[in-house]
Amino acid sequence: MAEAPLLELSGITKRFPGVVANDHVDFDLIKGEVHALLGENGAGKSTLMNILYGLYHPDDGEIRLRGERVRMDSPRAAIDAGIGMVHQHFMLIPVMTVAENIVLGVEPHSGPFLDLDAANEKVSDISRQFGLAVRPDARIDSISVGMQQRVEILKALYRGAEILILDEPTAVLTPQEAEELFTIIRSLQAEGKSIIFISHKLGEVLAIADRITVLRRGKAIETLPRAGATEEGLARLMVGREVLLRVDKKPAEPGEPLLTVEDLRVREERGLECVRGISFEVRAGEIVGIAGVDGNGQTELVEAITGLRRPESGRIVVRGRDLTDEGARECLEAGLGHIPEDRQRRGLVLDFSLAENIALHDFREEPDSKWGWLFPKRLVARAKRLLTEFDVRGGGPQTPAAALSGGNQQKVVVAREVSRDPSVLVAAQPTRGLDVGAIEFVHRRLVAEQDEGRGILLVSFELDEILSLSDRILVLYEGRIVAEYGRDVSEEELGIAMTGGRADEAA
Amino acid sequence: MAYEPRTSVTEGVGEWFSSRIGGILVPIAATLLAFLIGGLVVLITGNNPITAYKAIFAGTGLNWFFPWVTGETREAAANDLQQTLILMAPLILTALAVAFAFRCGLFNIGGQGQYWVGFSATLYVGTHMGGLPRPLHVFLAIVAGILAGAVWGGIAGLLKATVGAHEVITTIMLNWIAIFGGTYLYEIGGPLQGPQESIPRSDQVFESAELWPIWGSLPSLHAGIFIALFALVVYAVILNRTTLGFEVRAVGFSPEAARYSGISVAKNYFLAMAIAGAFAGLAGSVDLLGFKFSVDVGDYGTNFIAFTGIAVALLGRTRAVGILFAALLFAALEVGTSTRQLDPEVFEPALAVDLATMIQALVIFFVGAELLIVYIWRARMLLRRGPAAQPEATP
Repeated sequence: MAEAPLLELSGITKRFPGVVANDHVDFDLIKGEVHALLGENGAGKSTLMNILYGLYHPDDGEIRLRGERVRMDSPRAAIDAGIGMVHQHFMLIPVMTVAENIVLGVEPHSGPFLDLDAANEKVSDISRQFGLAVRPDARIDSISVGMQQRVEILKALYRGAEILILDEPTAVLTPQEAEELFTIIRSLQAEGKSIIFISHKLGEVLAIADRITVLRRGKAIETLPRAGATEEGLARLMVGREVLLRVDKKPAEPGEPLLTVEDLRVREERGLECVRGISFEVRAGEIVGIAGVDGNGQTELVEAITGLRRPESGRIVVRGRDLTDEGARECLEAGLGHIPEDRQRRGLVLDFSLAENIALHDFREEPDSKWGWLFPKRLVARAKRLLTEFDVRGGGPQTPAAALSGGNQQKVVVAREVSRDPSVLVAAQPTRGLDVGAIEFVHRRLVAEQDEGRGILLVSFELDEILSLSDRILVLYEGRIVAEYGRDVSEEELGIAMTGGRADEAA
Repeated sequence: MAYEPRTSVTEGVGEWFSSRIGGILVPIAATLLAFLIGGLVVLITGNNPITAYKAIFAGTGLNWFFPWVTGETREAAANDLQQTLILMAPLILTALAVAFAFRCGLFNIGGQGQYWVGFSATLYVGTHMGGLPRPLHVFLAIVAGILAGAVWGGIAGLLKATVGAHEVITTIMLNWIAIFGGTYLYEIGGPLQGPQESIPRSDQVFESAELWPIWGSLPSLHAGIFIALFALVVYAVILNRTTLGFEVRAVGFSPEAARYSGISVAKNYFLAMAIAGAFAGLAGSVDLLGFKFSVDVGDYGTNFIAFTGIAVALLGRTRAVGILFAALLFAALEVGTSTRQLDPEVFEPALAVDLATMIQALVIFFVGAELLIVYIWRARMLLRRGPAAQPEATP
C-alpha cells in the first residue's frame, strides 16, 4: 500500500474514569477501501469512531485528513470534512418522509419556503447514483429497518460524505438485508467512497473488508489485509486466546419427548394471532433450533411455553404434565428452564445482588427459606459456588447485577437456569449482544446440557448459531412453521425459508 | 459498542439513584442546605439565624442529652424531649407506610386515611369492652387499628392488582372517605358522638386501653415510641429476611423479572399496600391510646401527620435507620418551633412554625432534586458529547 492514506489517526488515546478506552491507537484509511474495525464489545471501536466523528475529544493523538492535521470539535466539523456516520441506532424522525429526513438541517428552499420537490429530486438523484433504491415520499415509520439504514447512508452522502463510518450496520438486519447492504457498500466503493466498517462478526468482516484492524481492550492489536486472514486467526486476535468458533458436537441421540407442543395458537397484545397453529416436539438429548426473522412469533411462542402468556388454544406438555394454562411458577416447578431473550428486563432484577438473582426461582423452597423465613447466607454460599463454576467475572455474590457486563450477566442467567436441573431448557436469543468469548461459553454450555440429556429449544435470529448448535431446525415465518431441516441444511436454503420463500422457487 | 448504548437521558439515572439509596450523603447534604437557606430567610426577617436556630434546638429538648445542662433548664429540656419523642412515633409509623409500598414500586399517598381508619377502629375498641385487663384491652385496640389500616391500604392494593387503578389516585380518594367518614361518626348528632351533645367529639377511651406512660407528665411520653421502634425492626426484617420481602422487592425493582420467576405481581401489590396500611393504622392507634384518648371533628382538618410521614420516608431513603433519623429531625423541628417553646424575643413563634414547614419542604425538594441534578448533568454530557457518551463497560 504505497498510496498515501486519505485519513490517518495516530496515537489516539481516550481515558474514561477507570478505563482506557483507546490506548495509542493508530488507524488509517486509503481512498476507496473498506477498512473493518473488529473487536469485542468494549474493545474501544465506537470510542475511536466517536473521536473521529467529533463526539469525543481525544486526550492524546492526532487526526490527519489528506495529510493535513485536523481537529474534530463536533460532528459538524466532521461532516464539513466529508465524514459521515451511520449509527447502530438510527437517528431518523419516524413521522417524516425519507426525503425530509435526508435534507433535515440542510433543506433546499426557495425564499423562506422549503422546496420539497427539489428535495425529492435531489434524493432521487443520489439514490440512483449509488444504487440505493428508496421512495423519497415514504414515511420512515412505514419502511423496513433495512430501508431506514439506506436512508441513513443517503443522509451522509447528501451531506457530501467521502468517508462513511458504519457502526455495526448488520446488527439490525436480516441475512438478506445484510447481503443487500454489502452490495451497496461495494457500489459506494466503486464510486470512490471510503468506508470504515465496525463489527464484531468475523464472517462479515472477511466478506466485505479490504483490510482489517483488530482492537482489543483499547489497543490496536494488528492491521492485516483480508487475503490470508481466517476466522480463527481473527478470533484469536480479538479475544487474545484460542477460541472454538464451532462447537464440537456429538450427533444427537434423542430419547423420550420432553416437551410437546400441539397446534398452539397465541395472540399478542393487540389481539392479532401471531402464533398460528404450531406443533413440534423436543426430545431428551437434542437441540431443536427455531430460526426466523425477528417478529415472526418467536417471542410469543417462548412466552406461551414458559407460562408468561396464556395461549389461545392448543396444548403444551412437559414430561407428561399439561402446562397449557399454567403460569410461570408451575412451569418452573415442572422442570422448565428459561433463558429469556431480554436478560436485563426479564432475566435479572438489575438492582438485586447476584446471590438474590441466582435465588430468583428457588427462594421459596428449602434450603433458601423455610416457612417464609429467608436465609441470606445460604443464598450467598450457593451464589459463590455457581459464580466460580460458571466463571462469572466482575463481581461477587453481593454485587448488584447491573454492575456486570452483558456477557457476565448472561452467565449468571445461564448458571441459575442450568443449576436447577431442568428437563427442558428454552433458550431465547441466548447470545444476543454478547462477544465472541461469551458466545463460545454459552454455546459450549448448551451442548453440555444436551449431553446431560436435557431437551433444548433454541430460538435465535442468528443463523450461525442455529446451524452450529441444532440437531433439527424449524423455520418460523408469520407464526407458522414453514420448513423443517436436519443438520445438513445450507445457510442459503435456511435464509430463503426464513423470508417465506422456498428453495425450489428461488432456484 | 455496548449491547444497548444508553441513548436516552433518563437511562442510568435510576441505576445511579438506586446505587446511592443506601448512601447517607445526599440526605445530609439536603438537610444542611435546607437549614442554610432557612437561615438566610431568618436573616431577611431581621433576626439572627444562629440565635434562632439555637433557640429552636433548645426547644426540641435534645439538649437534655448534654450532661452540662442542669437544673431548671434540664427539666424544661426533659419536657420538650418528651414531646419530640411522642411526635416521633407516628412519624416513624406513617413513614413506614410509605416506605413499604415504595419498596414494591407503589406510592402510598393514603397514609392519612389509613391512619384515621386505624384511629377510629382503635377508638371503637377503646371506648367499648370496658373491664378487660389492661394489657389485653390495649392489645385488642391496637390489633383493631392495624387491621383497619390494612383493609384501607388493601383496598387500594386490590384495585391496583385487579383493574390496574393507580394507587396514587385511589389512596387520595380513600383519604377523603376516611376523613369525611370520621367527621360523620363524631359530629354533632353523629352515631358515635361522645356524651356532650354540643361538642363534636367522640367518647374517651377507657383507662384500661391507654398506653403506659413512661416519662414525664405534660403529656407524658408513652410506650408508643417503643412500638414504633419495634415496627422499624419488623419492617427491616420483613424486607430482608423473609420470602415475602424478597418478592416485594423483586416486584418493586422489576415487575417483569418477578413475573418471569413465578412471583405474582398482583398478589404483592395487594400485600404491600395492606402491610403499608397496617403501619399507618398502627400510627393512629398509638396516637389515640398514647395521648389523644378521643377525637374532635376539628382534628380531621388539622392533623396531616401522614403527609409529613411521606417526607420522612423519602428523606430516610426508605431504610429503617434513615427513617429513624429523619423522623427525629422532623419531630424535633416541629416541636422546636412550636409556639410553646420559643422565646418571642429571639424569633417570632408564628414565623418559626413557618420556618419549620419551609425547612421540611426544602429538605424534600433537595432530596428530590438529586434526581434532577443527575438528570441535568447527564443531559449536559449528552449534548456536549453526543449520544454515545457512555464509557463502555469492559467485560
